[in-house]
Amino acid sequence: MPTITVAGVAVEVTEDGFFAEPAQWTEYMIPELAAREGIADPSEEQLRVVKFMRAEYARTGSGPNVRALSKTAGISIKDLYRVFPGGPAKVAARIAGIPKPRGCI
Amino acid sequence: MTAPIQKVSIIISKGSLEGIYPGLIMANGARAEGIEVNLFFTFFGLDAIHAKRQEHVKVATVGNPGLHLATWAGGLPGVSSLMTHYLERKMGDLDIPSIPEFVEMIADTGAGIYACKASVDLFALEKNDFIPQVQDIITVGEFYAMAAGGHIIFT
Repeated sequence: MPTITVAGVAVEVTEDGFFAEPAQWTEYMIPELAAREGIADPSEEQLRVVKFMRAEYARTGSGPNVRALSKTAGISIKDLYRVFPGGPAKVAARIAGIPKPRGCI
Repeated sequence: MTAPIQKVSIIISKGSLEGIYPGLIMANGARAEGIEVNLFFTFFGLDAIHAKRQEHVKVATVGNPGLHLATWAGGLPGVSSLMTHYLERKMGDLDIPSIPEFVEMIADTGAGIYACKASVDLFALEKNDFIPQVQDIITVGEFYAMAAGGHIIFT
């Protein structure tokens, strides 16, 4: 598994860039992880989604898919894709240091 | 690692519940991966974007061996509605959206929604027969131009 250095910490990630050990994540890593996704300065909306993904992971053990994210966070699908054109749940999960959300919807 | 898929064009040509959902799921799933998507509805698949028909799409209960229901039984009045109702309830339990909601959601993800001109002409339909998310009625040539550089999935 590849290792990346984020905020001075060596972090193991999966082939597609998700944290192997979500416990290694801290909020201080957000700016660097966002930069890896091409987001130079995360907006309040983007941070809100990332923190929500993290909280949902802590609560349920997995990150929500886009539909569940939209419903539970109260952010429209349109807005989610506007702030994360690369796939809201996928990109936000990488920044939130959680595994890739699974599910087909 | 092989290069990731950047773009897909998905054709939905069937008008049954089981004919429409797979294409919608593929489209929505592609957008969730950040893949560019265009959805092209043709022939009976047009029912999925027809404003008055999209709520009434049914499971094919005749000539559908996968259903494990005798063909004669599938043809009895009301069986198709009953089976559709049953499947819709099961899908609701799994939080799978209804066809109208799903199409709207996919449009909101930024996917393009198009109707096939030949089929629209064949069924004597017009742009205003469709839901507002339909961006345009296009020819097969326009479809290929739009699909250039990506993968085409026919369902």
